[in-house]
Amino acid sequence: MNIKADIPAFIEEIDYGTPASAAEKTVTLTVDGRSVTVPEGTSIMRAAMEGGVEIPKLCATDMLDSFGSCRVCLVEIDGRAGTPASCTTPVGEGMVVHTQSERLSAIRRGVMELYVSDHPEGWNEKAGTGASEFDHVAAMVGLAENRYGVEGRNHVKPDGGVAPGHGSLTVDYLARDESNPYFTYDPAQCIVCSRCVRACEEVQGTFALTIEGRGFESRMVPGMHEDFLGSECVSCGACVQACPTDALREKSVLEKGLPERSVVTTCAYCGVGCNFKAEVKGDEVVRMMPYKAGKANHGHSCVKGRFAYGYATHRDRILSPMLREKITDPWREVTWEEALSHIASEFRRIQYQYGRGSIGGITSSRCTNEETYLVQKLVRQGFGNNNVDTCARVCHSPTGYGLNSTLGTSAGTQDFDSVDEADVIVVIGANPTDAHPVFGSRMRRRLREGAKLIVIDPRRTDLLNSVHVNSMLHLPLKPGTNVAMLTALAHVVVTEKLYNEDYIRERCDWDAFQDWAEFVSEAHNSPEELAKSCGVDAEAIREAARIYATGGNAAIYYGLGVTEHSQGSTAVMAIANLAMATGNIGRRGVGVNPLRGQNNVQGSCDMGSFPHEFPGYRHVAIDSVRKIYEDLWGVKLDSEPGLRIPNMLDAAVEGTFMGIYIQGEDILQSDPDTRHVAAGLEAMECVVVHDLFLNETARYAHVFLPGSTFLEKDGTFINAERRINMVRKVIEPKARYSDWEATQKLARVLGLDWNYTHPSQIMDEIAATTPTFAGVSYALLDREGSVQWPCNEKAPLGTPIMHVDAIVRGKGNFVRTEYVATDEKTGPRFPLLLTTGRILSQYNVGAQTRRTENVVWHAEDRLEIHPHDAEQRGIRDGDWVRLRSRAGETTLRALITDRVAPGVVYTTFHHPDTQANVVTTDFSDWATNCPEYKVTAVQVSPSNGPTEWQRDYEELSRKTRRIKGHLEAAE
Amino acid sequence: MAMQPAGTDIERRTASVIADMKGLEGPLLPILHQLQDEFGYVPAQSLPVIAEALRMSRAEVHGVVTFYHDYRRQPAGRHVLKLCQAEACQSMGSDRIAEKVKQALGIGFHETARDGSVTLEPVYCLGLCACSPSAMLDGEVIGRVDDETIEEIVEAVRT
Repeated sequence: MNIKADIPAFIEEIDYGTPASAAEKTVTLTVDGRSVTVPEGTSIMRAAMEGGVEIPKLCATDMLDSFGSCRVCLVEIDGRAGTPASCTTPVGEGMVVHTQSERLSAIRRGVMELYVSDHPEGWNEKAGTGASEFDHVAAMVGLAENRYGVEGRNHVKPDGGVAPGHGSLTVDYLARDESNPYFTYDPAQCIVCSRCVRACEEVQGTFALTIEGRGFESRMVPGMHEDFLGSECVSCGACVQACPTDALREKSVLEKGLPERSVVTTCAYCGVGCNFKAEVKGDEVVRMMPYKAGKANHGHSCVKGRFAYGYATHRDRILSPMLREKITDPWREVTWEEALSHIASEFRRIQYQYGRGSIGGITSSRCTNEETYLVQKLVRQGFGNNNVDTCARVCHSPTGYGLNSTLGTSAGTQDFDSVDEADVIVVIGANPTDAHPVFGSRMRRRLREGAKLIVIDPRRTDLLNSVHVNSMLHLPLKPGTNVAMLTALAHVVVTEKLYNEDYIRERCDWDAFQDWAEFVSEAHNSPEELAKSCGVDAEAIREAARIYATGGNAAIYYGLGVTEHSQGSTAVMAIANLAMATGNIGRRGVGVNPLRGQNNVQGSCDMGSFPHEFPGYRHVAIDSVRKIYEDLWGVKLDSEPGLRIPNMLDAAVEGTFMGIYIQGEDILQSDPDTRHVAAGLEAMECVVVHDLFLNETARYAHVFLPGSTFLEKDGTFINAERRINMVRKVIEPKARYSDWEATQKLARVLGLDWNYTHPSQIMDEIAATTPTFAGVSYALLDREGSVQWPCNEKAPLGTPIMHVDAIVRGKGNFVRTEYVATDEKTGPRFPLLLTTGRILSQYNVGAQTRRTENVVWHAEDRLEIHPHDAEQRGIRDGDWVRLRSRAGETTLRALITDRVAPGVVYTTFHHPDTQANVVTTDFSDWATNCPEYKVTAVQVSPSNGPTEWQRDYEELSRKTRRIKGHLEAAE
Repeated sequence: MAMQPAGTDIERRTASVIADMKGLEGPLLPILHQLQDEFGYVPAQSLPVIAEALRMSRAEVHGVVTFYHDYRRQPAGRHVLKLCQAEACQSMGSDRIAEKVKQALGIGFHETARDGSVTLEPVYCLGLCACSPSAMLDGEVIGRVDDETIEEIVEAVRT
């Protein structure tokens, strides 16, 4: 079944020229005889477009504030002298506007004539794609002559081509800048409209571009006349999107030609969930264009979603199922049928031999909800146990636990748009400008408008380097002391009586509050005492608490720097306590917002990926819930929770867990204590990896099923704001099946009678069985674009803000949050604390982004170390260093920086040869087993090169990646 | 190799200028003026220091510096001679004056004599239109420039 039979050929979003006005009062005017009613404050240009009248424009676009420099959008207004610019003139009641007249045509033609006189190759021989807005406007104004000649000063004279070497260079000629791998800048085609500069400033917030010089010498340049790659540019693509000429253009479009059709879909990188138009020529994606109607990104993008999709066609992709007896054997390519029947017979044999609980599955936060739902269904219905877990275990499981125990739901409270009304923004253990860049840009915009920023992070994150942001407070705490910090903040809120008593009495459990208030007021929870643990000045903690409690709407955003700790769940509860105590839950501009790392980590949790929960976070022990699925699936379901990932690995080593189906997750690289994971996998008899590439985990696999990228499937992702976004198939699966189809095939071979013909039917099953999804259907999503759960009869169009009338739990619960230092302590042997994070251009373990041009920005993981610590150890910038912990050691190169405090070192984990998780320990969150990635006591010393482990691993990976008949193993 | 210590020196002196003037409203232009007074030009190395201190981007500071012709990117000669090329002076023969000066000094506009004696610049109106054509030598305005004045000016900058 195809829900959308009539997919439009090419989606062209209307450009209204200026942003929409938020005013409620409306104004009615007449444009070329048509009556138009628009909100007050709307520009004439936008009003005309809304009424169906297009006014030519060059410097205006609706992503940017009006600028009024190009002078082609002039109009006449009855009763007013002259010809005002329609982009900068707001509408007035009863205004009568004319967009066409002899006079206007003459002016516009005159202006365009001047523009084309300095445009390469003359106005009628199109440069670039020949289909730019500039070309469109030239056609629109009916340019018929060019009296000024075409020998402009800033380009090559037209006796050859546009490229250097053809024709003669003119005085102001600037060579093309090809330094960015994804787009080109040809200054000769630039008309200096400033759209790129303004996009970089207003939309992205990086301010990397400027107009240099003045008058005829004005040129757009990155940085201080640097090339794009060397400048502050973060390659988000906003400038390319804004450019009305082909001065800034995607290289893929210049090389492959203009796209022919487009499909609106959702990015598969981070938890922001940006909507894109995947633009296709033939069966090849030539461009990803941010979708302006996307409710999470509003037409913006980052370097990953916009450009880093090349992994989908990378030669490393495995497109055929493969089998082998032992992991030391070379892989043998087989048919789908052979692979699936092998898995089925092995899984049945293992269950017969070791018991029903000896196999399990792991769902992916990268796959769709429908695919995740099917994997957990396969485990529960087909394997007959609850041994299903997901990679969210290693990131946001404490969020689920912590928010559930305080607020009663396992998700963020706000939509992203809410940040526009925040007066105080607290960011804890999160790095939005790198890890959630599109939302990071929104945050920066709000900060430029005057919101106050408080960052609680061991490292000086890039948010603290935001330009034009004046109120920033950084609390650079020691890794592992979040709970101490948050409890100290609560101490100030309570003892200085900054809490909101009315709110607490109305919406929260007053007894719980009193108990908590008594606890946090104790002297040992004062900033002065806890500062000793946090390593932050007590007065700064007090100031932060006062700003948070009294600064107006205060919103907390947090990330894995909060959850990936031994007290991760406690820290999440401490955050919820603070928000409830200050009344910062339940309206726009406030809230508690986990920034989800992966595209569908929210969805994979919602879809029942945990061993103790069915979809919608309902415990497997609840009879009524089990009955829903037992009736539907026709089997008896286990009421006992199954094994978590670490337990599966332990059981494997003990010899009681022997088979696993891993869909789209690289547990060897992403889970803690790599050697323990390797030992567990090695002990198993049938490891099935379903992925795009021969990932690290696949080294231990017996069966490999080729996966499908997000471009090759229909389905849904759920982003960090609970938004259910549509994923639409753009091209046919390269390995024959979408992942949901492959799982269904496996289920059928195992004897289950699954007959889904389209993922919409899987969503229908989810909606029919899960109360928070009751109202969701593909028809609704197609109509609305996206909705935020809960979506049911009470909220048919979804729920942007939660806890509005009352806290979902009934009464908000305050929980005592005693700070207990982690067992991972520094000492003479391991005096430094290692913490980990991400960088903008790379994504997680890097399986995708390392297979794109993004490597130009981050070719290797580096160890950030403070100059003081480096000097003590005789380490210079760029030296190889040995990073050693109680668990293991690895080597990488040092980067000396004062972004980290003395005593703290930091690295990313994007490259497999770094193996940062070789050194992380197996300590984990007390409530959820979420690993403590963010704190490891380490020692750093100079080194000559890779460790023995890295060399052994290199050898093993060479051996385990051979494919019969292929000369060289992939990667 | 001698560049490195000079670089750090420039950065240090820049930081000190910024520290003095950061409190002003709209401090960027005053800081740039002060730097030009201090160094005789606005060193490129100063720009990132200013950007960081004022929470701006390098690009923005570069955009401002290059917009104003008055901010020099290189050190000027010992003397700076500005010849007005605006409308009133043009009508009184400033073109011819400029040609003569260029010939006499052996340099064009925006150039500095090889011996470092003088830098020649055009300027667009000194507010001295009643005494066109006009010029300015080291901050002192000169009205009704003629062949004789040119000789005097050349004499002055050569010594």
